[in-house]
Amino acid sequence: MRVQKEVFDASAEAAALTQGRRDIGAVVTFAGLCRDEGGALSALEIEHYPGMAEAEINRVAQEAASRWPLEGIIAIHRYGPIKPGEPIVLVVTASTHRAEAFAAASFLMDYLKTEAPFWKKQHFADQTSGDWVEAKAQDLAAATKWRG
Amino acid sequence: MPSERAAPKIINMKALYFAWVRERIGKAEEEIAPPETIKTVGELMGWLHGQGDNYAAAFAHTKSMRAALDRCHVKHDALIGEAREIAFFPPMTGG
Repeated sequence: MRVQKEVFDASAEAAALTQGRRDIGAVVTFAGLCRDEGGALSALEIEHYPGMAEAEINRVAQEAASRWPLEGIIAIHRYGPIKPGEPIVLVVTASTHRAEAFAAASFLMDYLKTEAPFWKKQHFADQTSGDWVEAKAQDLAAATKWRG
Repeated sequence: MPSERAAPKIINMKALYFAWVRERIGKAEEEIAPPETIKTVGELMGWLHGQGDNYAAAFAHTKSMRAALDRCHVKHDALIGEAREIAFFPPMTGG
């Protein structure tokens, strides 16, 4: 689990997780990318709470590991300036069968979005500094569905 | 005999602000010393609201504001207790 400024290589991270393993039958890799919103957005600035961001990602990963029989988990979240096309977040889950890997990856993303202390600010191509992205009700609903 | 009076208990804690909370207040962190009557996170928000126009702007609508005590998410009715660090921020938008 990492919080970092640098770009990561999603396929290299996933490959390292299964390197030398013969027992893993399923790997789900999810990468969230910065999109340009039809050319309007020039960059995202991601602010984070150092210390708590790492702690929350670890907590969420441990929760996933306790819910599903996983053979491996990776979660990486970037901060700082991010350009359209660059990756922001990576979740990789590995398990014996696909259902657990899919479910755990979905759970991890839903929880990271609503529990890990990161905030996105938009910068627009017309040089204006935009607003802070507002939390979406559907993201909260997605995280809530895993409870109970 | 001189009577010894206990020094008033000074509760210093570090307050951290993120995203638009930080921008409205104009600083990322500071040491705060709220009065002893402030027991909960919500009461501290109310006290901070009265510390100046910038704080009033930041804490104008606290319903959706989130807080963390010593880096753990808490609700507004949580007791501050012995926490050394409190953070205020909008709902998170990572991922």
